[in-house]
Amino acid sequence: MAVTDADVPPPLLDIPKAKEKKYDRQLRLWGIGGQMALEETHVLLINSGSGVTGVEMLKNLVLPGVGQFTILDSAVVSEADLGVNFFLEDASLGKFRAAETVRLLMELNPGVQGHAITEPLETFITKDDGLTPFNLVVAAAPIDATVLERVQTHSQTLHVPAFYFHSVGYLSSLSLLLPPAFPIVDTHPDSTATTDLRLLRPWPALSRFAVEKTAGLEDGTMSAPDRAHIPWACLLLHYLEQWKRQHDGKVPNTYKEKCEFRNLVRAGDPNEENFEEAYAAVLKTLNPPTAPSALDAASPAFWVIANAIAQFYAKHEQLPLPGAVPDMKAQSADYIALQNIYKSKARDDCAEVVASVRELEKQTGRSTKQPVDEKEIENFCKGAAHIHLVHGRPFQIARAGQMIAFGDRAKAMAMELTMPESLIGLHIAFLAWDEYVATHSTPASQSGGVGLKILGSGADDFAIDTQRVTGTAHKIVDSLIKEAGTFVEDPDYSEVKDRVGKFCMEIVRAGGGELHNIASLTGGLLAQEVIKVITRQYIPVDNTCLFDGVASRTQVLRL
Amino acid sequence: MAATLQPEGVSRTTNGGDDGESPARWKYLNTLLGRAGAYSDPTEFIPGDAPIMNIKNARILVIGAGGLGCEILKNLALSGFRNLDVIDMDTIDVSNLNRQFLFREKDVGQPKASVAAEFVMKRCPGCKVTPYVGKIQDKDEDYYMQFNIVICGLDSIEARRWINATLVGMVDEENPESLKPLIDGGTEGFKGQSRVVLPTLTSCLECQLDMHAPRAAVPLCTLATIPRQPQHCIEWAHILKWEEERKDDVLDTDDPEHITWLYQKALSRAREFNIPGVTYSLTQGVVKNIIPAIASTNAIVAASCCNEAFKIATSSAPYLGYPGTNNYMLYTGDSGIYTYTFEHQKKSDCPVCGNRPKAITLDPESTLGEFVESLAERPESQLKKPNLRTAGKSLYYSTPASLEESTRPNLKRKLEDLLEDGEVIAISDPAFQIDFQYIAHFS
Repeated sequence: MAVTDADVPPPLLDIPKAKEKKYDRQLRLWGIGGQMALEETHVLLINSGSGVTGVEMLKNLVLPGVGQFTILDSAVVSEADLGVNFFLEDASLGKFRAAETVRLLMELNPGVQGHAITEPLETFITKDDGLTPFNLVVAAAPIDATVLERVQTHSQTLHVPAFYFHSVGYLSSLSLLLPPAFPIVDTHPDSTATTDLRLLRPWPALSRFAVEKTAGLEDGTMSAPDRAHIPWACLLLHYLEQWKRQHDGKVPNTYKEKCEFRNLVRAGDPNEENFEEAYAAVLKTLNPPTAPSALDAASPAFWVIANAIAQFYAKHEQLPLPGAVPDMKAQSADYIALQNIYKSKARDDCAEVVASVRELEKQTGRSTKQPVDEKEIENFCKGAAHIHLVHGRPFQIARAGQMIAFGDRAKAMAMELTMPESLIGLHIAFLAWDEYVATHSTPASQSGGVGLKILGSGADDFAIDTQRVTGTAHKIVDSLIKEAGTFVEDPDYSEVKDRVGKFCMEIVRAGGGELHNIASLTGGLLAQEVIKVITRQYIPVDNTCLFDGVASRTQVLRL
Repeated sequence: MAATLQPEGVSRTTNGGDDGESPARWKYLNTLLGRAGAYSDPTEFIPGDAPIMNIKNARILVIGAGGLGCEILKNLALSGFRNLDVIDMDTIDVSNLNRQFLFREKDVGQPKASVAAEFVMKRCPGCKVTPYVGKIQDKDEDYYMQFNIVICGLDSIEARRWINATLVGMVDEENPESLKPLIDGGTEGFKGQSRVVLPTLTSCLECQLDMHAPRAAVPLCTLATIPRQPQHCIEWAHILKWEEERKDDVLDTDDPEHITWLYQKALSRAREFNIPGVTYSLTQGVVKNIIPAIASTNAIVAASCCNEAFKIATSSAPYLGYPGTNNYMLYTGDSGIYTYTFEHQKKSDCPVCGNRPKAITLDPESTLGEFVESLAERPESQLKKPNLRTAGKSLYYSTPASLEESTRPNLKRKLEDLLEDGEVIAISDPAFQIDFQYIAHFS
C-alpha cells in the first residue's frame, strides 16, 4: 500500500499535552477514563490519633491528581507530630493539624483542591448532610464507635465506599466497605490469562484459514520458509484435526492426552520456532471456554449486559470472543488475516449481545432516551471472562460492653484462628483495642470528659494495659469459637491465645503511636485501594487487609 | 549477629539535649524503643537509649533519588536517622512529578540528589543529607566503607549488580564492620519487591538475577521483513530506520522531535502492513522502555525497605535477611493485596558470592560467537561485554580494542576446536564487576 504524505500527521501535532506528560506513568495503568474518575472524586479523611497514615494516603492521591480532599481533624500540632509527620514543619507547632497538613499537601499538585475542617468530630457528624459532599470516606482509628456507625450507615445508604484503618507501631489493618454489589469490568487480567483462541471449537472462517495455511504440510509440497511461518494457532488446528481422526472425533482432554498431543505437534518439525511456539501453547490454550460464576444484582447497565451475555452463553455454550491474538511467528499478511478473522468474529459476537441488550431494554421498559452505551457493551464482551463482582460487607465495630457478633463469618474466622501463619489474631487484637477505646473514652466536650483513651500511652501503662487488652482479646477468641459452634483443643487453643497475646503486646508497646514506615506503607495500600475503587479498574481488596511489619507480610481476610 | 551490624557510636549521649532538640519530637519512636517487643530477642534488644543511639549515629547511603529514593529519604529522616547520603546522576523531568514528591515544577532540569537532599533537610531540621550528583561507579571502596546500611531504589539492573558485587567484594571476615547490609526495592506498576542481602552470608542480588529475566528481544528479521505488532514497527524505526537515515544525529529519547520522527516512520510502516495500534504514547513507551510507576506502590516498597533498615539498626524486631530466615518480600497490588515473603537461597555457584563453577552444556559444533551471544540472554548471566578465557588461552575479549581485534577470529571457530570437554571457562564483565566460571560439558 502506498503511503502518501497526507497520511502522515503534521509534525508535533500528536505530542502529549502538559498534563498527559506529567501523568504519563500512571495513564499507562488506568488510562484517561480512570484519570477522569479520579479527578471527579472528593475524598474525606476523618483523622485521629498520631494521624500520619491518612495523610500519607492523601499524598499518594494528591500526586496522581485526585479532584478534592478534605481532612476532618480538630487536633493541634504537637512536637510529637513533627517527628513523625512529613506534612508539618516546625512553624506548624500549635496550629490546627488539619489546616497545616492540607496546606503542605496542596504544594504537591497545583491541580488539586484541599480543605480542612477543624470542628470537633462529634458535632460535625451530627449534622444531617455533613458527609454528602464526599464520594469516599476514610476513617482512622481510634474513633468513637457511634461516629464509625454513622459513617457506615451513610456509606450503606448512599453506596459511598468507606475505609476504616488502624496503624499502631509495627502493625496495621484496613477494611473496605463497598456497596452490596460492586462490579468491575476492567479488571486488567494478565495478558496470558486473556488469550482465548477457541481452538477446540473453531468457527468456519477460522477452520478454512487453517486448512489454507497448512496445505502441503503433510505431503512435503510446502516450501521451507512457508513451513517456518505457519502461525502456531493454525498448526494446532491442523494437528487437532489429525488427532480427531485418530481418536473417534474427540479432542485431547486429559493432561496425559494433551502431553501426547503436544509431542505429535513437536514431531511435525523439531527445529522450527513456530512449531516450538505451538508445542508450548498446547497446555495453555487447549481448554474449553468457561463462564464466570458470580452475577446477580445492582448497577442497571451492568446487569442488563450481564443478562444478555448469559443469554449468549446459554445459546452458544461459550462467551463472546475477546478477539485478541497473541504474537506468533508468521508472515505479516497471514498474521493480519488471522487477526482479522478473530476480530470480525468478536464483532459478530458483540453485535449479537448488543441486539439482546436492545431487546432487554424493550422488555424491561428502560428509557429509550438512555440506551446502554455500545462501547460499554463492547468492553464487557472483551472482558466477559474476567468480570469481577465484590459483595461489600459491613465493618466489624466494637462497642462498649458488647460482644461482637460475627454472624455468617464466624465459622470461617474460627477455622482461620488455628492456622499458625494466619494474621487473624491481629484483627482480633485491634478489635480488643477498639473495645478498650469504646469502654474507657468519654467525649471531651462532656464535663470531665477525657476524649479517646489510648492503651499504653502513659509511661507506666505498658504491662498493665498489655494484660488488659490481652484479656479482652482472649474473650473475643472464646466468643468467636462459641459462636462458630466449634471447639479448639490444646495445644492449638494455647497457641491461638499466645499468638493473639503477642499482637496485643506489640500494639500496647507503641502507646497508640505510629512508626513512620508503617504509616507510609499503610498509606500506600489505602491510596492504592482508593484508586481501584474510584476508577473501577483492577480488583479491590475484599474486605480486610492486615499488615505485620515484624514479619513483613500481609494477609487479606473476608470478614 | 545483629549486634555486629549495629553501628557502634563513638560518643554515647542520651537522646535530645546534646543537640538542643527536644525529646518530645521523638515521643512515639522513643516509647516503642523504650519497651520490650513481643518478638524482639532479649539478648539483642535492650529497650532504652541503646537502640535510639544506634539510629542516631548510623550513616545510611541511599542510591537513587527517584520515586523510591524520595520516599526512602523521607522515611529514614522520620525514623530518627540523622546522617544520610544520596547518590543520583539524573535530573528532574516533568513526568517524575506524579510521584517524586520532593520535586516541584520549578525544579525540572535540576539534579535529583541535591534538590531532594535540600528539601528533606528543610522539612526535618535535625537530619543531615549529603547529596552526590553522579554515578555509583565514581566512588571507591573507602567511600562505601563509611556507611552502616545501603538502600537502593534503582530502575537499573546494571547498577544493582554493580553495587551488589562491590559490597560482596568488600567483606573482610576479620572486620565485622566491612559487612554492609544491602536493602533493595523495585517497582513496576502495581507490583514490586523489597529484599535484604547480608553480603556473603545470604543470597545476594546476583543469586536472585533469574527472578528478573530479561524480556525476550524481537529477532531482527521480524523487524526487517515480517512485522506483526505495532511494537515491531516502532523497533524497526528505532533500530533500523534511524541508523539508515539519521546516522549522524545522536538519538535523544527525550527530544519530542526525535520521538515524532520515529512515530511517523513507525506509523507509515504499520500502514504498509495493515498493523493497527501505533500511537505516540506507545512509541515513547517502547523507545524509552517506560515502566509504569505510581506513588502508592513506591510508598509501599520504599517503606518496607526502610522498615527493614530500622529493624536492623535497632534490633527492636526481627528483620528480613537474618541468615536462615525470610529475606524477600514480593508485592502485588493489582488484584486485591498480596505479599509473598520467603527465603531466597544463596547459590553456591553464584558468580558473585559463590565459589563453585557453574556447569553448562554446550554443543561442540556451535561457534564461540554463538556462545558469547547467548551470555547476554541467559537469565543467570545477562552480560553485555564479556571477556572469556580458559586456563591456557584467551578465547575472546570485548575490551580493550586491541585484544578484541586479536581474539575476534575465534568467534567464528567451533567450540570443539577451542575447548576440551570438561574445561573451565572464566568469564568476566567489567560493567558489573563480575567474574565467574563455567565448566563446559559437550552435549
